[in-house]
Amino acid sequence: MSTLHTINKSPYTHKALSSCLKVCIDNDGILLLEDGVFGIIPSAPGAEELQILISRGIKVFALINDVKARGLEEKSAPDIIFIDYNAFVQLTLDHRCVQSWY
Amino acid sequence: MSKKILLVSRHAPYGNSTAREAIDMALATSVYDQDISILFMDDGIFQLLRNQHSQLIDQKNIASILTALSLYGIENIYVHQESLDDRTIKINELILDGLQSLNNKDVGNLLSQQDQLLSF
Repeated sequence: MSTLHTINKSPYTHKALSSCLKVCIDNDGILLLEDGVFGIIPSAPGAEELQILISRGIKVFALINDVKARGLEEKSAPDIIFIDYNAFVQLTLDHRCVQSWY
Repeated sequence: MSKKILLVSRHAPYGNSTAREAIDMALATSVYDQDISILFMDDGIFQLLRNQHSQLIDQKNIASILTALSLYGIENIYVHQESLDDRTIKINELILDGLQSLNNKDVGNLLSQQDQLLSF
């Protein structure tokens, strides 16, 4: 059983990502979307913790449309998984619940 | 069939309607005999402070509405300990009795045990 965490606020101005990272447990997933995709930048607040979670096996996704829209495709930290809208829907089905951090 | 529902309230009262909408949702859900619990974290903690005088800004007192939760059979109310610590607030300063404090891992586990999450 696991939770999909969605974050739609920039980690530079909001604590949504940092709060999520504190309570994320094994088998959970994290999806960055809307302004949340700024979190893929390696120097963003919380980026180090994000990498630690990735190394523990937690998958971190970013919605590709939001990434490309903001010109961030080349600026991403490694191991962030880009997904499209269909995969987003599938993720919500693959997890037991969705917690939206905003 | 009763579902296990957790309402997560993370925003301060009064600045916008998020906190109030969360409580309205909790009260409404309880009427339908669902197994609902509430978690306060981040700025949501501020809803639980004593001595709120919200009439001064023409708003209903959130804290006094929260005291009605037990009348609606909502008994499991959680607070995130680190959010309290960050704000130098002690659990005994809060308006409700019987609050259960959770560490980070407890919160993660609590989220994973639900049938439905309501994020406010």
